[in-house]
Amino acid sequence: MNPTTFAAILPEVLLLVLGILILVVEPFWKEKDRRNTGWLTFGGLLAILVVSLLAGRPGEPTSVFGGTIRFDWLGFFFKMLFIFAAAMTSLFMMDVEKLGRRGESYLLLLASTLGMNLMASASDLVMLYLAIETTSIPLYVLSGFIVDDEKSTESGFKYLLFGAMTSAVMLYGFSLLFGFTGTTNLYEIAAAVAGAQVSTVTALGVIALVLVGIGFKVSLVPFHFWAPDTYEGAPTPVAGFLSTASKAAGFAVLVRLFFIAFAKNGLAPDWTTGLAALATLTMTLGNLVAMTQTNIKRLLAYSSIAHAGYVMIGVVAFSNLGVTSVVFYLIAYILTNLAAFGIVAVFSRVAGSDKISDYAGLSRRSPWLAMAMLVAFLSLAGMPPFGGFVAKVFVFAAAVKSDLVWLAVVGVINSILGVYYYLTVLKVVYLYRMEGEAEESHPIPLTRPYGIALVVLSLGVLLIGTLFAPWFSASGAAALNLF
Amino acid sequence: MTFPILSIIVFIPMVAAVIMLLIPAERRNETRAVALAAATFDLLLSAWVYVQYLVNEMTGYQFIETYKWLPQLGISLKFGVDGMSAPLVMLTGIVMFTGVLISWGVDDKHHPAGIQDRPREFFAFLFILASGVFGVFASLDLFMLFFFYEIAVFPMYLLIAIWGWIKTREYAAMKLTLYLFIGSVISLVGALAMYFASGMNSFDMLLLEKANFSVNFQVAWFLPVFFGFAVLGGIWPFHNWSPDGHVAAPTAVSMFHAGVLMKLGAFAALRVGIMLLPEGAKYWSWLVMLFAGIAVVYGAFIAFQQTDMKYMIGFSSVSHMGLVMLGLSTLNKTGLTGAGVQMFSHGVMTALFFAVTGMIYDRSHTRQIPELGGMGKVMPFATIGFIIGGLVSMGMPGFSGFIAEFPIFMGVWYVNSLLAIVASISIVLTAAYIMRNIRDVFFRPMPEALEGHITDVTALDKIAIVTLCAFMIGIGLFPSIMVPMVQTGVENILRLLGGA
Repeated sequence: MNPTTFAAILPEVLLLVLGILILVVEPFWKEKDRRNTGWLTFGGLLAILVVSLLAGRPGEPTSVFGGTIRFDWLGFFFKMLFIFAAAMTSLFMMDVEKLGRRGESYLLLLASTLGMNLMASASDLVMLYLAIETTSIPLYVLSGFIVDDEKSTESGFKYLLFGAMTSAVMLYGFSLLFGFTGTTNLYEIAAAVAGAQVSTVTALGVIALVLVGIGFKVSLVPFHFWAPDTYEGAPTPVAGFLSTASKAAGFAVLVRLFFIAFAKNGLAPDWTTGLAALATLTMTLGNLVAMTQTNIKRLLAYSSIAHAGYVMIGVVAFSNLGVTSVVFYLIAYILTNLAAFGIVAVFSRVAGSDKISDYAGLSRRSPWLAMAMLVAFLSLAGMPPFGGFVAKVFVFAAAVKSDLVWLAVVGVINSILGVYYYLTVLKVVYLYRMEGEAEESHPIPLTRPYGIALVVLSLGVLLIGTLFAPWFSASGAAALNLF
Repeated sequence: MTFPILSIIVFIPMVAAVIMLLIPAERRNETRAVALAAATFDLLLSAWVYVQYLVNEMTGYQFIETYKWLPQLGISLKFGVDGMSAPLVMLTGIVMFTGVLISWGVDDKHHPAGIQDRPREFFAFLFILASGVFGVFASLDLFMLFFFYEIAVFPMYLLIAIWGWIKTREYAAMKLTLYLFIGSVISLVGALAMYFASGMNSFDMLLLEKANFSVNFQVAWFLPVFFGFAVLGGIWPFHNWSPDGHVAAPTAVSMFHAGVLMKLGAFAALRVGIMLLPEGAKYWSWLVMLFAGIAVVYGAFIAFQQTDMKYMIGFSSVSHMGLVMLGLSTLNKTGLTGAGVQMFSHGVMTALFFAVTGMIYDRSHTRQIPELGGMGKVMPFATIGFIIGGLVSMGMPGFSGFIAEFPIFMGVWYVNSLLAIVASISIVLTAAYIMRNIRDVFFRPMPEALEGHITDVTALDKIAIVTLCAFMIGIGLFPSIMVPMVQTGVENILRLLGGA
C-alpha cells in the first residue's frame, strides 16, 4: 500500500483503532468509572483530527482502491467536520443517563462516524451504499438506545423503518444506473451520461429514486416526517448528531453524486429546477410547522428541516460559489445546532423536561447557559456576528449570482419566519419567570464535559461569523474538486 | 498606518459588553461604572473625529481604514466618515453617553430609578447595539454595513422585551424586530444584485459608486433597497412599528431607538439607495417625496391626538423623520443639507424628550398627559430641558431645529411648492401639541394623587440634559459648526447624481 492510498483512509483506520481500544479498555473499568469512556472517545477523536490534519491531507484529487474512494479536499473537509461533530457529541453523551456509562454507545458513535467518512469520499455506488448503511445502522440503534423508554424505542424503530424503506428505493436507483451504464464508478457513470448513453427520461427517473434516499438523510420535504418523532424520542445528544453530521453527510453525497454523475448532457437544469421546488417546500414547511411547536426538540427538528432547505439553495445554484456556500453553511450549521442540542441535553438532564414553557427563568437559573442559547438561536436565526448570518448571505448570494433571485427572496422570507420562532424561545428564556419566581433555588449546574463543549461551540460560532475568510477558503478548496 | 480611531470607536462598546458580562452579576455598580467609562470614552473619541473633520476643513471620506476580510468575494472591513456621517457618529456617542447616565439605576427600594433588573445584561445588549450603530455609520463596505445593521437590530428585541413597559413589550418587540428584519433582508437581496451586476467583485461602496449600473437596473432595484432601509427610518406607510416600539422600550432604549436607530435607516437608505443607485433615485424621487410628505403631516396629526406622552413623541418622530426623508427626496443641495442636519438635530432632541419622559414616568408611574401636572415646580431642570427640546421641535430660530427644517422646506419648494405648503402644516401642529404638553405636564397645578410622590431628577440626569441641550443650542447659534461640514457630504452626493 503506497503512502497516498494509506493517507486516503487514515481517519477511517484511526477511527477503527479507537473503537477497538474502547472495546478493550471499557470492561476493565469499574461501573462508576465507565463515564471515562467518553473522555477517551473525545481525546481519541481530537487526536485523530490532529493526526489527519497533519498527515492525511490530500493533494491532487486521486482515486484509490480501484476507484471506490476519491481522495480529495471535498471528502477530507467533510471528514474533519464529522470527526469534530462526533467529538462534541461524545462530550454531550457522557452525562446522559443510561447512555454515558455504556461503552457500546461510544462504539456505535464511532462506527457511524466511520460510515460518514466513507460516504464523503465514496466514488463508487457499491461503496457509497455500504457507507450509507454503515452510518445508518448504528444510528438506528443509538436512537432507540434507551430500551426502557417508550419514546426512545419508538424513535429508533421509526427511524429504522423509514431508513430501510428509502434506502431500498435508492438502491433500486443505483441498480438501474448500473444496468444502463455497466459500471458502478461515479466518474465512469459521468462519462456514460455525458456520452448520452442514458436517455434523459431514464436519468431523471434514476435521479428521483436516488433522491428519495438522500432526501431522507438530509430530511427534505416530503421525506422529512421521521425527523421530529425521531429527534424527540432519541437521546438528545444523538438527535444532535443526527441533525448535524448525518445531515451533512447526506449533502456530501448529494453534491458529489449530482455534480459529478448527473451534471453533463444538459441534465443539470432539469434536476436543479426540481430541487429548487423541493428547497422552497422544505424551507416553508419546516419554518411554518416549527412555529407551532411546544417541545424544543421538535422545534429544533423542524428548524433543521428548514435549514436543509437553505443549504439546498446553494446546491440549486449549481456553481462554484454555490457549493462553497453549501460547505460553509454546513460548518456554521453543524456548530450551531450541536450547541443547541447540547443546551437542550443539559437542561433536560436537570429539569427533566423538553417543553419550551419550562425554559422560563433560564436566564436567571443559569446566565451562561442562557447566553449560549442566545448565541445558538441567533445564529440559527441568521443574525450577526454569528456564523448563521454569513452562511445565509453566502447561500443567497450564490442564488442571486445564478439568476435565481426568486429563490433568494423565498429564502429571505423564510428566514424572517425563522426569526419569529427563535425569538419566541429566547423570550421564554429571558423574559418569563419560573412559577413562584423560584429561580434562585433551582440552579442548573453544568458538568465539565458540557462546559467544555458549549464553550468550544459558542466561540466557534462567533469565530465563523466574524473571521470567516479561512473557512470560506477551505470551503472553496472543497468546492473546486467538483468543477 | 494611521491611528485606527474609527475601528476603536466601533469596537469599544463590544469589548465593554464582554467585560461587563464577565463581571459577577451582583456587582452592579462596577458594571455601571464600566458602562459609563466606555460610553464617555466613545463620546470623546467620536467628538474628536468630528472636531478634526471640522477644524481641518476636510472634504470627502476621511479617517479611512481598510482591512482585507474576504478577498475572494471582495469583502473588506473598511471604515471612513464624510460630512454626512461624522455628525451621526458623534450623535451616537452623545446618545450612548446620556443613555447610560439616564439608566444608571439607583438600588433603592423606595425611590427606584433607571434599570434595576439585571443591569449587567441590559448594558451589554445596549452596547452591542451601539457597536452596530457606529459600524453602520462608519462602514464603507456594503457587506459590513449589513453586518453591523443586523447587529444593531436584534438586541432591540431583547432590550424591549425584557426591560420594556410590561403591557405591550412582547407585542411591540416582536413587531419591531420583524418589520426591521424584513426591511433589511429585502435590501440585502438588492445589495447582492448590485454586487453581481457591477461585476467588480467588490463590496466597497466607493467602487460601487462608479459601477454605472444600467438605468433599468437602477429603477428596478431602487425601491426594494431604499424602502427596505427606510422602514427603519419610519417612512409612511411602514412606520407602524415605530411608535409601539418607542412606547414599550425602556428610556435609554427609546432614546437609542428614536435618536439613533431611525437615522440608521435614513442614512443607509441614502448611502445605499440614493448614492449607489442615483438614476433610480431620480426616477422614484416623487414617490419618496409623496410618502415622506404624508408622514410629515399624518405623523403630526396623530401626535396631536395622543394623550400618552411617549406615543406623542413617537408619532412626532415619525413626522420629523418624514422631514428627513423629504429632504432626501428633493435631491438638491438645500434639501439634502437640511436632511443631514435634521438627522443630528432630531436625534438629540428626541433623545432629550424620551429622557425627560422617562424621568417623569419613573416618579409618577404614568405617562398620560391628563393625569400629570405641576412638574415644573419639582423638577425645574427637566422642565427647562423639555422646553428647549420643544423649541427645537417647533423649528424656532436660534435652535438646531430651525437650521435643519428651514432648508428642507426651501429644498422642497424648489421641487414642488404645493407640497412644501402642505407639509408646513406640520409646523403649526407640532407647535400646538408641544406647547399643550408643556402647559399640561409642567405648568398646571399638580394633581392631588401625585402630590408628595415626585422628587427632583438626579445629578446624573442633569448632566445628561445639559449635554443634550448644549448641542441643540450650540448648533442653533453657530450653524457654521455643522452646516458647512454636511454640505461637503452633500457635494459628494450631488456629484453622484450628476452635478445637479
